[in-house]
Amino acid sequence: MHELAVTEDILRIVSEYAERGKAKSVTDIYLVIGELSSFVDDSVQFYFNMMSPDTIAAGATLHFQRIKTRFRCRNCGQEFEPEERNWICPACHALGGDVIAGKEFFVESIEVTS
Amino acid sequence: MTENPLSSSSRVPVIEKLLTANEEVAADNRAELKIHGVKVINIMASPGAGKTTLLLATIEALGEAGPSIGVIEGDVASQVDADKIATTGVPVVQINTGGGCHLDAPMIRHGLQALPLEELDVIFVENVGNLICPVAFDLGQDFKVGLLSTPEGHDKPYKYPGIFEAVDLVVVTKSDLLPYLDFEVDTFRELVHGLNPDAPVLVVSAKTGEGMDAWVGWLSEQLRK
Repeated sequence: MHELAVTEDILRIVSEYAERGKAKSVTDIYLVIGELSSFVDDSVQFYFNMMSPDTIAAGATLHFQRIKTRFRCRNCGQEFEPEERNWICPACHALGGDVIAGKEFFVESIEVTS
Repeated sequence: MTENPLSSSSRVPVIEKLLTANEEVAADNRAELKIHGVKVINIMASPGAGKTTLLLATIEALGEAGPSIGVIEGDVASQVDADKIATTGVPVVQINTGGGCHLDAPMIRHGLQALPLEELDVIFVENVGNLICPVAFDLGQDFKVGLLSTPEGHDKPYKYPGIFEAVDLVVVTKSDLLPYLDFEVDTFRELVHGLNPDAPVLVVSAKTGEGMDAWVGWLSEQLRK
């Protein structure tokens, strides 16, 4: 999905933080991405390699921390990871739950040189 | 790897959400729409799920005595859908995303400028046909409606949980095809409610008119809010 827009935004945020910290360069970018924010890691890295050369983040490596989807059962409160075709709560067998993890979508930190 | 002794490396915490620029424009859209008292309904579905057909039937069902309607059509390319809507006499704007997989708030901002907001009560936004990307982009809408056509199968919530969790209402379209398909309405409803217990699931055929009353009833109720 929309990897180009995401990559532009990563670059904008990273440059802002690096410049604010008077960094010389950015070597690593740590992203936290929930499973439900489905996008393709490889294509973000691909766009990043194309867009970053003239920026402070040129050559930086992207690290994706993937967060699994988790449900909290509305019936009994049990938290569980739904399987691909099975959303049954392991404790009480109710179907589904509130999504409590899996929607994360942020830049967690950057590694900079100064 | 050799380290340059004069340079030092350090980790800088960021914790900054992605795509917030879109959310800021969406908030502007929402504020402007509120001034004009216009409600926006963001309709999301796969290509071919029947979004335009449902819209045409809805415009007819709401009738001239009903709310004053505008439409924003989002497509990767072409004017085909906007031309269809224009035959009803309703003001319509076509937005072509040029390959983009979703509408975003700045595109809607642009579209709103081409509509007579002071005359309208409701704007239907027909998003680009896609079950994934549109979900991530707030447009400034009041309500999100997800359509799923019966040929797509009742197990879609397993594959695309995001959209079914995000919407305020789910409409199953093409119910006239149910006798020919293995689509299990009850199973689909259970899966949707497993994710999103508050979203009603309506079963509609724009072709035969089945379920249109319930859909128009839901719309009228939201427009009164």
